[in-house]
Amino acid sequence: MTTWDWQVFCKDTIDGQIVPGCFGGPGSVTYLDWLLSAWGWTLSVSALALLVALVLGLVMGVLRTTPHRGLVLLGEAWTELFRNIPLLVQIFLWYHVVPALFPPLRAVPSFILVVLGLGLFTSARISEQVRAGIQSLSGGQRMAGLAMGFTLPQTYRHVLLPMALRIIIPPLTSESMNIIKNSSVAFAVSISELTLFALQAQEETSRGIEVYLAVTGLYFISAFAINRAMLFVENRVRVPGMIGGGQ
Amino acid sequence: MMLALDFSFLTPAVISGYIVKGFFFSLQLTFIAMLGGIVLGTCLALMRLSGKTWLVMPAAGYVNTMRSVPLVMVILWFFLLIPIVIGRPLGAEISAIVTFTLFEAAYYSEIMRAGIQSISRGQVAAGYALGMSYKQTMGLIVLPQAFRNMLPVLLTQTIILFQDTSLVYAIGAYDLLKGFEIAGKNFNRPVETYLVAAVLYFIVSFGLSNLVGILQKRIAIVK
Repeated sequence: MTTWDWQVFCKDTIDGQIVPGCFGGPGSVTYLDWLLSAWGWTLSVSALALLVALVLGLVMGVLRTTPHRGLVLLGEAWTELFRNIPLLVQIFLWYHVVPALFPPLRAVPSFILVVLGLGLFTSARISEQVRAGIQSLSGGQRMAGLAMGFTLPQTYRHVLLPMALRIIIPPLTSESMNIIKNSSVAFAVSISELTLFALQAQEETSRGIEVYLAVTGLYFISAFAINRAMLFVENRVRVPGMIGGGQ
Repeated sequence: MMLALDFSFLTPAVISGYIVKGFFFSLQLTFIAMLGGIVLGTCLALMRLSGKTWLVMPAAGYVNTMRSVPLVMVILWFFLLIPIVIGRPLGAEISAIVTFTLFEAAYYSEIMRAGIQSISRGQVAAGYALGMSYKQTMGLIVLPQAFRNMLPVLLTQTIILFQDTSLVYAIGAYDLLKGFEIAGKNFNRPVETYLVAAVLYFIVSFGLSNLVGILQKRIAIVK
């Protein structure tokens, strides 16, 4: 086994010279600069995709629990469609197929297309969790809401969703951590995120192990940070008196 | 102006020339990784439930590490490390098979662990009371029931595994997606080939998950 060479991150990406202080100045980019910018891309793709996935997953999950057959079918079709095609293939569909079929979308940057692809893929999983969360509530809750004179949307807003969303925080946490991991497929359409950095920096420097370790470490840290953040949310919104609830 | 789709280049000759080989590899990869993953995963689950720290720690560490790294990175890691460890390059296809088996073992082990934990303690006690050894109790009483209870979940994981095989794209292995991509490049019809690839993946995954649903109803142990 060869020795470590962490100096590789201090090298300039063009001439390969070691830059003092490791951060490049004007007109010079080190591998460390590149790594951090790649981390930024990974976090941006993940955060925006999570936003898309939460909104659409919530809507589709709610639709699947309404008494309207048409809405239920729409929610189910959505979920099955985005759940049964591999993420990488969906990313290629957004990148190669959608702009070809709908020319106005050709001007949309590939970053947005990847966010949509990852977001819609994840929305199918979140819709499953939202549906399961709502269905886990006793049927009396819905009836009580309606009997109080709430409309159906009001029953969801004030009775069902406040409980269901709390129940599904643990699976939502793992889905949020999955989205960080899944954002790695963006490398396939040349988004300059961590995995693409790993591939390219490995090729340019031949220090694969150091590069992969740094990238894997950043994925670890990102997923762990999400985990902590969600735990904080879970504790803040806990309802006293529920199982696992506060005082 | 809509683009005119033209699927006429997908003749039987093109399909057997480009697609079948990739499809066969994807299925082969899924099947080997499923079998190997379930065997290894069951061993990992037994280690984690053994109550012996020197067995629990490495198994838990392995499972948690694998589960917190993106699969694409795991594929790249193995593709980088295998040649260093064994001293000669291994093809992308073999590397993918090794990677998926070891990676999926972590996920299958969590399923088997839940399955074993769902068996009532009385079953284990009954085994020992009959004079069975640990091996006999596990092999003849606990694991068969755990396996049966978890079969639908194991198969659902296998469908996810089938979808994930497309990620071997990262190391250029020739799988189903690669077959479509090369055909699309050669005939300058990438839009059509990606569409057909998506439909094919959808049919296989959707069909299998419906079969799992039927199976789930039929094999449930009446309690």
